[in-house]
Amino acid sequence: MGAKTTTDGATGSRWLTLEGLLPVAIAALIFAWLAQAIPAVGAGEVVRYSWDWVPSLGIALSFLIDGLSLTFGLLITGIGALVFLYASKYMQGHAHLARFMLFLVLFMASMLGLVLADNLLTLFVFWELTTITSYLLIGFDHATAKARRSALQALLLTGTGGLALLAGFILIGTVTGTFELSEIRAQGDVLQEHALYLPILILVLAGAFTKSAQFPFHFWLPNAMAAPTPVSAYLHSATMVKAGVYLMARMHPNLGGTEIWLWTLTIFGAFTAVFASFMALKQTDLKQSLAYTTLMALGTLTLFLASDIGYAITAAMTFLIVHSLYKATLFLVVGVIDHETGTRDVDRLGGLARAMPVTAFAAAIAALSMSGIPPFIGFISKEIKYAAALGVESEPVFVIGAVLLANALMLAVAAVVAFSPFWRNKHLAAELSPHEGPWQMLMGPVILATLGAIFGVFPSLLAASLVNPGVAAILGPEAEPAKLKLWAGVNLPLILSIVTIALGIAIYIYSRPMRAALQAMGERLVNFDRGWDRVLDGLKWLAAWQTDLIQSGVLRRYLFITFLTLLIGIGGTIIAKDALSVTVAWPDLLLKHWVVVALIVAGAMLTLTTSSRIAAIAGLGAVGIGVALIFIIFGAPDVAITQLLVETLVVVLFGVAALKLPRLDDSGRKTHRPLDALLAVGVGAIVTVVLLMVTAGPLDRRLTTYFEETSWPEAFGRNIVNVILVDFRALDTFGEIAVVVIAALGAYALLKGRKQDDPR
Amino acid sequence: MEVMLSVLVGVLVTAAVYLMLARNVLRFLLGLILISNAANLTIFAAGRLNTSAPPLIPEGAEAPVGFVANALPQALVLTAIVIGFGLFAFALVLVFRAYEALGTLNSDEMRVAEPVEDER
Repeated sequence: MGAKTTTDGATGSRWLTLEGLLPVAIAALIFAWLAQAIPAVGAGEVVRYSWDWVPSLGIALSFLIDGLSLTFGLLITGIGALVFLYASKYMQGHAHLARFMLFLVLFMASMLGLVLADNLLTLFVFWELTTITSYLLIGFDHATAKARRSALQALLLTGTGGLALLAGFILIGTVTGTFELSEIRAQGDVLQEHALYLPILILVLAGAFTKSAQFPFHFWLPNAMAAPTPVSAYLHSATMVKAGVYLMARMHPNLGGTEIWLWTLTIFGAFTAVFASFMALKQTDLKQSLAYTTLMALGTLTLFLASDIGYAITAAMTFLIVHSLYKATLFLVVGVIDHETGTRDVDRLGGLARAMPVTAFAAAIAALSMSGIPPFIGFISKEIKYAAALGVESEPVFVIGAVLLANALMLAVAAVVAFSPFWRNKHLAAELSPHEGPWQMLMGPVILATLGAIFGVFPSLLAASLVNPGVAAILGPEAEPAKLKLWAGVNLPLILSIVTIALGIAIYIYSRPMRAALQAMGERLVNFDRGWDRVLDGLKWLAAWQTDLIQSGVLRRYLFITFLTLLIGIGGTIIAKDALSVTVAWPDLLLKHWVVVALIVAGAMLTLTTSSRIAAIAGLGAVGIGVALIFIIFGAPDVAITQLLVETLVVVLFGVAALKLPRLDDSGRKTHRPLDALLAVGVGAIVTVVLLMVTAGPLDRRLTTYFEETSWPEAFGRNIVNVILVDFRALDTFGEIAVVVIAALGAYALLKGRKQDDPR
Repeated sequence: MEVMLSVLVGVLVTAAVYLMLARNVLRFLLGLILISNAANLTIFAAGRLNTSAPPLIPEGAEAPVGFVANALPQALVLTAIVIGFGLFAFALVLVFRAYEALGTLNSDEMRVAEPVEDER
């Protein structure tokens, strides 16, 4: 997984390359550009850019910078720049470094487009682009089966969610009449009060939950750790998995505020958070551990987005930033450990602090922030979370319980991930030979961790620049965000914090036996990953089954189904529309009419029943001549001549060919097919009925009249049929000639091919 | 006459469908010819059959004199006949070649493209 390269650069592969540095520069520039918008957005301003894309469908390339999208944009580009720098060193010497960096930049661009989009369909396009680019990144190590499977799993799962999301967006568009988020927002509670609210909510949440890996769609995220560590640090901590959270926050004004929103998000979020925390404790791989804590964070964010009180949204916004900072740090730290020692197994690591002091420092700060220890920003975030939980509309006790349990477990996991490898007293195996990582890989962890500490001491920095504008973007400008304070006095949240810390430490001390117990229990629980395989197997089985059913390879069955469909389609429509109105006025027919009809019927019956080839040809000839006679009787001499000519050709050709072919039936064997006969009679009857209905109605002769009137003055022809063919509809006739030529060429090729491979 | 022709077309279609569902592909071809005849008659009848005067413009006139047959379906049927012939000719050669190559006219035994899997 981690591309283990020599770290001292002595191999001759230079680190200072275009593909290594250009991505960093791009990300840093966008970050700077976004950062200069902080004061304006902080003052309540909203910046909007719009270009027409597909105006006929109401799709515009419109982008909006408000508190919410700015926060996400800064996280994406800021962490992006640091991760890119890190990746350029981590992947140095890799044969496909340029490809890797390109994927990363493409992903960043898609993610930026997603969070900045103001048009739902634009948002959807970028949403899918993140799915595709993340597929490429997760499966970057494509030589291993695990990476390929994980990438495909993530693609299918989030892609399915994406389809649901598109359906939801289209429904929103039909309800509100616009795809512009800012316009939808201005309409107020239209969506919540609409009859389609429930389907819209389900579809949109299906997209958000799959992307943000909420239970029961959680299993793709830990699997996605098959990606190189910079990818995990970037996509699966700070950005891509937050896309679902972003969507919920973005749709909060339009879909939130209802009972069902409140309870769905509360239950799914709380369950995911607690479930993931236990799972995190169970892992021995550092990266897997972190993956599950990311799940916990996503669950917590969902939980707080359920509510629409200021405290809860403030908690969500704060925790969003805090989590991105410490989680990216920890992932990068794990990458450094992996890079320098070659293992991520927590049981094999210990005492790294002496060899890797800077890494240990960054890890410690991030872990303290993650654990919610003062004076780090994580502490403030935790306090706010408790304060918010005390005020939620759903079930404060339930929410507090979930948050408390998750936080305590988080503390334990933080200790396992960031404390054990560095400070635990353990003799390292000699082949690990730890040493400090290169500066490019330390810069990210150190800066991000330090930011966590700075924001902890000066929380107002964060509050004024990002949190409060973000809350305003979700709840509206008049919302009251909670104040971020390091010391809020002795109150219930503080007491809960102390309980959390005590509980967390206790869990850490007993983490080994607990892990063993959890692992034993995990064997007996439902395994969603394996369930996924079963779902895929089921799909393949279904595909095979229906292919066998529909595509039997038997020509007769295909034809039977085709004719049956015709019968049911037309007959069913007539019955369903109650349109059957056949008035049979039996006309007085002349003798010649009877003769012709009798000739045709006799010919058809002969063809139908005979097993002699000659008789069949004779029958066909009778039918053809009869049809030609009908054309003559009813004023179509040209058609009749053509019919006679073609009919003669058909009989001759058929005669020549049939004489070289065997008899129609094996001797003495004549099968009757009652079912086929029934279908044939049905189809014949329906054609008769349709034709009766057509001829009973009025005839629109406008086109005929036009041809009659213009044939001579405009085309100088007295035979109207001929004029139509060679003048008015000349292109049709040209196409007809082409068909005949192609048929002739095809027939010629078939016959010629025979001579070559069979010199008979 | 349209009523009569409607019934006639129904009979032709019935015979054609039954033939096309046969195992023997030569019978299928017979059905194909019958059904294209039936289709041509359908188009023709849909244009109404209430005169025997062909759609011609006499010398010296600008438009047809009196009521003449509907020219439009005639033009369509003319095209259909020729294309039907092309289809038939190609299908006939195909059947002929298939028989030469596979030694059978039974479509159930023509399984080169979609072989029967043993385990089904």
